[in-house]
Amino acid sequence: MKEIVCKLLVIGAGPGGYISAIRAGQLGVDTVIVEAAKAGGTCLNVGCIPSKALIHAAEEFDKVRHMTAPNALGITVEAPRLDLAQTMRWKDGIVGRLNSGVLGLLRKAKVKIVHGEARFRDGKTVEVETETGSQIIRAETVVIATGSEPVELAALPFGGPVLSSTGALALTEVPQRLAVVGGGYIGLELGTAFAKLGAAVTVVEAARQVLPLYDAELVRPVLKRLGELGVRVLTGAKAKAYADGALAVETDAGKEERIAADKVLVTVGRRPRTEGWGLEELDLDRAGRFIRIDERCRTSMRGVYAIGDVTGEPMLAHRAMAQGEMVAEIVAGRRRVWDKRAIPAVCFTDPEIVTAGLSPEEARAQGHEIRVGLFPFNANGRAMTTQSEDGFVRAVARADTNLVLGLQAVGAGVSELSAAFSLALEMGARLEDIAGTIHAHPTRSEGLQEAAMKALGHALHI
Amino acid sequence: MGEFVIRMPDVGEGVAEAELVEWHVKPGDPVREDMVLAAVMTDKATVEIPSPVDGVVLWLGAEIGDTVAVKAPLLRIEIAGEGEAETPSPQRGEGARRADEGALPPAVTPLSSPPSEPPPSSGPAGPLLPAGEKGKEARPLASPAVRLRAQEAGVDLRQVAGSGPAGRISHDDLDRFLARGEEPAAMPAGLARRTGTEEIKVTGLRRRIAEKMRLAASRIPHITYVEEVDVTDLEELRATMNAARKPGQPKLTILPFLIRALVRTLAEQPGINATFDDEAGVVTRHAAVHVGIATQTPSGLTVPVVRHAEARTLWDAAAELARLAEAARNGTAAREELSGSTITITSLGALGGIVTTPIINHPEVAIVGVNKIATRPVWDGAQFIPRKIMNLSSSFDHRIVDGWDAAVFVQRVRALLETPALIFIEG
Repeated sequence: MKEIVCKLLVIGAGPGGYISAIRAGQLGVDTVIVEAAKAGGTCLNVGCIPSKALIHAAEEFDKVRHMTAPNALGITVEAPRLDLAQTMRWKDGIVGRLNSGVLGLLRKAKVKIVHGEARFRDGKTVEVETETGSQIIRAETVVIATGSEPVELAALPFGGPVLSSTGALALTEVPQRLAVVGGGYIGLELGTAFAKLGAAVTVVEAARQVLPLYDAELVRPVLKRLGELGVRVLTGAKAKAYADGALAVETDAGKEERIAADKVLVTVGRRPRTEGWGLEELDLDRAGRFIRIDERCRTSMRGVYAIGDVTGEPMLAHRAMAQGEMVAEIVAGRRRVWDKRAIPAVCFTDPEIVTAGLSPEEARAQGHEIRVGLFPFNANGRAMTTQSEDGFVRAVARADTNLVLGLQAVGAGVSELSAAFSLALEMGARLEDIAGTIHAHPTRSEGLQEAAMKALGHALHI
Repeated sequence: MGEFVIRMPDVGEGVAEAELVEWHVKPGDPVREDMVLAAVMTDKATVEIPSPVDGVVLWLGAEIGDTVAVKAPLLRIEIAGEGEAETPSPQRGEGARRADEGALPPAVTPLSSPPSEPPPSSGPAGPLLPAGEKGKEARPLASPAVRLRAQEAGVDLRQVAGSGPAGRISHDDLDRFLARGEEPAAMPAGLARRTGTEEIKVTGLRRRIAEKMRLAASRIPHITYVEEVDVTDLEELRATMNAARKPGQPKLTILPFLIRALVRTLAEQPGINATFDDEAGVVTRHAAVHVGIATQTPSGLTVPVVRHAEARTLWDAAAELARLAEAARNGTAAREELSGSTITITSLGALGGIVTTPIINHPEVAIVGVNKIATRPVWDGAQFIPRKIMNLSSSFDHRIVDGWDAAVFVQRVRALLETPALIFIEG
């Protein structure tokens, strides 16, 4: 059996793992990374990237579709046609480019890549089943970055017409009727995209509100748009089973309803991947379903770190990346500790939602006296000229010091505001800092400045 | 016949590997259940690994001195029956292991225990918050670049005053904090720095004390032994006797009782009532007990001596103590009253503290230090009761007095003080 000895072994080449390996390589740490599937993990292969590609295509199609009738812009087109198989090929091309990009970056950083399923033999040794046989890797330090996978419902096992997000991203035909079970951000992003591509979509959510992690004010423009797209939203409803082309649902009122659907997309959450690769052997401390880590991503075993989705919420690629970078620097002997102030989050719904820091409710719950400023996009020139005036920017700050605690926005294209939001929070900005910074006109980012001014009591455009 | 694999157990929190330090068996050896097979050493402790089964050793997985990772196979044992060739050592939950730890003798490893349930999660069932999202309030306000510099410089930013809006810490604030390491902190208003030094010549008594202490500390390897003494009964007796004392009788302190207790104990252990001439290599045991009493005087420490304590009653000793203390403080003590002790008692009275490390009065071989009496809760088996507790901190010349003898001596003194009637009973 072949044996490799290295300083750092990273298990999983998702966003957390590959960043960790690249950074370690840059710092001269002798690093090996093991990946069972394709480099880039969930995010790049079956998550963020392909879903954004599909969402983009759906938006383009939807725009054009609405130009078949006379409209405000005065553009008319013939009825557009969609070849979803081609769309998917285009999407796969992007994924492929990024795959090889990640591998290239790893190679450039002199990281050894081992393809295959890793299995722990003991705290410092991993066995990998590769195409060319078994490979033993011994490392001084191990980073567990095995990520997460979609949660399956016992009543709706994946397979056939029941799709996980991965399955939905591989469809080559638009289903006529699509039922989405789980109205979180993944379900709404994909549900909206398929609605724009022409599917009749029903969203079944068990909670009182879709996007239950966001406050009602932020979700309202999304709900309005879902209505315009003809998406039916059932809240407080539980999916029971799928049979004979219909999804049985117990509604809020306790009644049984059958929703006709050719496909059922189940997006009820993701769970950490902690089984099937010998993690049990290590007997690491857990925090619920997740591996317990400290502020340096150390697990309960010395020399074993864990990063990314396997360590807890929020399960976001950029959190994993930041953790991976930090762990690499710690392994290289630098003093580092997790001290991030904000992990921004984006929903690529229509319109988009972006948040960083605390919502007004969360800030109050933490005992802060706050002031809130909200600037609506219907008072923003750029929003008007792009025919998308729904939404707003909202700033939450401490009432005593005006220190910004949180920033949120909902509106077309607001995902790009995340840079300004998290920078403001990391820099410890006060409302005056944002209000006193020139924001280019005409852009949606002016909404951020105006929201800060509004919180200070002197907004100029409302 | 089957095979049983014994793996390196998880020997402690966060320990990923341990060094094999002993094999107690070799291939071919028969083993019985609970027989010690090997010993491994972590940086915390040496742990013995017992056999969980009966059988014959087939294979050893490491050599002495090898570092073995936790869960790696350590040895294989051939056993009767089915065997568990690929069964790893019993899995034990982290939480369960911790809970057991206190109850298990140190040599027992997890291997000998039955498998337990999967680890109970010690954390909240909900999602783990990223560390950065907690305790927002307590975190210093600073940009990521300032935070990074602080981490690399090992500075806790909570210690740094921020000059910016809302108390934000700037690079300049951090620079100032780092620069201040070399100079004293900024002076509070109204207080001025002082400069200059004063030289004091060490003469007279101070010089003698210095020389004696140097001699004692450099020549005598001290062993200091501290024991708790329950003086509740003694204090009661003392209070009764003081209340009923006749005119002209001095007030009794604890010292005359201690002197009487020492006299009785030294009769049994004459080796401690001795002086050691280390140049001649001769220990002189003394029939007389001359008890030196370390006494603070305005000019420094002196040791007046209660001569022939063995021939003094309690009241007599108390009277002599009072007289000597007075003489020492007034500087009227005669030379012979300040020398010739065979053992010394040191007491700081109310300032006695919890523990002292007394320096032996050279050339004696023992000194008994009295610490202060304090009322402490003591568990009597059913409840806490208030007891008057006093520590005795005693040092011995370890060249002459073994630790065992020192301990026996102090324990005997303790027994007498705890049951003061014994001090006065003949025989």
